[in-house]
Amino acid sequence: MSLDAAGQEIVKEMENQLNRNYFLKGIKVLFKQPLALVGFAIILIQIILAVGANWLTAYDPTAQDLSHVNLPIGSEHHWLGTDNYGRDMWSRLIYGARISLIIGFTSVSLGTIAGTILGLLAGYFRVLDGIIMRISDLMFAFPGILLALLIVAILGSSLVNVVIAISIWSVPSCARIVRGNVLTVKKQEYITAMRSLGAGHLRIIFKHILPNSLAPIIVFGAMHMATAILSTSSLSYLGLGADPATPEWGAMISNGQQYMWQAPHLVIIPGIAIALVVFAFNVVGDALRDVLDPNMNIDQL
Amino acid sequence: MAEEVLRVKDLEVQFKTAEGYLSAVRGISFNLKKGETVCVVGESGCGKSISALSIMGLLPANGRIANGEIWFDGKDLVKLRQDEIQKIRGNDISMIFQEPMTALNPVFTIGFQLCEPLRIHQNLNKTVAAKKAVELLKQVGISEPERRMKQYPHELSGGMRQRVMIAIALACEPKILIADEPTTALDVTIQAQILDLLNELKQKFNTSVIMITHDMGVVAEVADRVIVMYAGEVVEEGDVETIFNDPQHPYTQGLLASVPNVDREQEELTAIPGSMPSLNEKIEGCRFHPRCPFATEKCKLQHPSMTMIGNHKVRCWLKGGQVSDDNINSQRDAL
Repeated sequence: MSLDAAGQEIVKEMENQLNRNYFLKGIKVLFKQPLALVGFAIILIQIILAVGANWLTAYDPTAQDLSHVNLPIGSEHHWLGTDNYGRDMWSRLIYGARISLIIGFTSVSLGTIAGTILGLLAGYFRVLDGIIMRISDLMFAFPGILLALLIVAILGSSLVNVVIAISIWSVPSCARIVRGNVLTVKKQEYITAMRSLGAGHLRIIFKHILPNSLAPIIVFGAMHMATAILSTSSLSYLGLGADPATPEWGAMISNGQQYMWQAPHLVIIPGIAIALVVFAFNVVGDALRDVLDPNMNIDQL
Repeated sequence: MAEEVLRVKDLEVQFKTAEGYLSAVRGISFNLKKGETVCVVGESGCGKSISALSIMGLLPANGRIANGEIWFDGKDLVKLRQDEIQKIRGNDISMIFQEPMTALNPVFTIGFQLCEPLRIHQNLNKTVAAKKAVELLKQVGISEPERRMKQYPHELSGGMRQRVMIAIALACEPKILIADEPTTALDVTIQAQILDLLNELKQKFNTSVIMITHDMGVVAEVADRVIVMYAGEVVEEGDVETIFNDPQHPYTQGLLASVPNVDREQEELTAIPGSMPSLNEKIEGCRFHPRCPFATEKCKLQHPSMTMIGNHKVRCWLKGGQVSDDNINSQRDAL
């Protein structure tokens, strides 16, 4: 009984130590890089807006009010104005934040999970390497947006299909990053040592190689969020993603561009939102790489 | 007579290269008794590490066991399936590696890594395994084991890490421990401590040890029996006293002469001339003859077999060797 308690204590301490170290390191680097701090703040604001969209506005983002069309920024009741159907821009902006966050997150997660598994298998088993890597080469031969267009064209245009398209598109790049990392890790003596202890291939791959490859995966995920959000908007702008009524940033630009001279805020507001968010995920990705790169001396940053 | 735990018979290991399959180990045979320490000595590249890896079934992807048997516990390890040999690795036979710096995974704590073999082979849960791991650390003489459990490999010194490696290897109380140059990467003072620890634990668990080394000092300290390897073959085998006091093979004599000795102050260090032949060199006759000071015409033409001299085996024409009947060598050299 007391033996168990003592053991439990040790396990808990081991886990605590692990978390504390990474957390402290992360915070330290963040505060030494003001840009990363700004990026982090933007992402935080986006998350707050996305989560609290229901409470932060009184207007339904799709409700039309044809008596108040194209109101400019700073109007009464509509501080960011309204669009050509009289829909409240502020509502559309923050519901759009929710959509881009959800789409970005799900497509990056799906793509990264699939890419990581394929990359681990390709890097570890030589037989699978040829097959998986040739298929991903094939996918690299297409320009990314073209591939997404093709998938959406086949599946039909909807936000769910956009998620599928962006996930599929991110699989090969993720697989390639992970594979490269596995190739170096699996040659390390500690992997041979693990095998000499009788660990099976799957245990080695997922329990011992994967944690060694997590850093590049996390950085890839953060950087890819930016790409995914941008691609979602691009596809919607082209009319292949969200339908025009949906408060999606790309669709909003597409919708507003014909009124660009009378009501420039219809294009500028979602444009700025996209630019800020893409910028934020990129700088945070950069900062994460610095935190997680074991070769970088944090005190020198 | 102690019971035999391992018998290696005519083991031949080949590597696939651009020039086809080349043999790195050419038909070695030896056995290991319970509680015995056998030292395998030889220069780098003589096939000693490869022999050890074949026993573990851990040859690199381009290597294969072309011939021979490895008998352990009534089973021929060469013929076992991967999942069967996996149950033996770490449980019945474990291995310690040369570089304690790289043989521990940098992203996990010592505690986590110590628990792994226990969780793989004994199915212990986290808590019980952690408790047992602390015991193991105490056993290998690490102070404050509870604190060490939470540390990462980079926080420990080389000697400590090697102690941790030993603890991991001995976690499941294996019958055989293979130590591949366990002290080469350590300071001399630490070396002696590690060897003492190995000796002490070996006696405690009655483990058989195969120690791979090129350091004759290590051999003198720990070995019961010595196997001298040269260019993929066993050239001499005997108990440690006879090897040191009465070495028969010119290669063994050369190895012993090249150990520095402060008493012989005026002498220069004797080295064996030449270097180890590479895998693709074809050598007729005795594989050592190009470097042997006593080589005769016969040595250049015919490959000698193992000859018994007392309780001591040697492969040399000068010591009454006979024409080798293991046709592996003659066939390949004729090619």
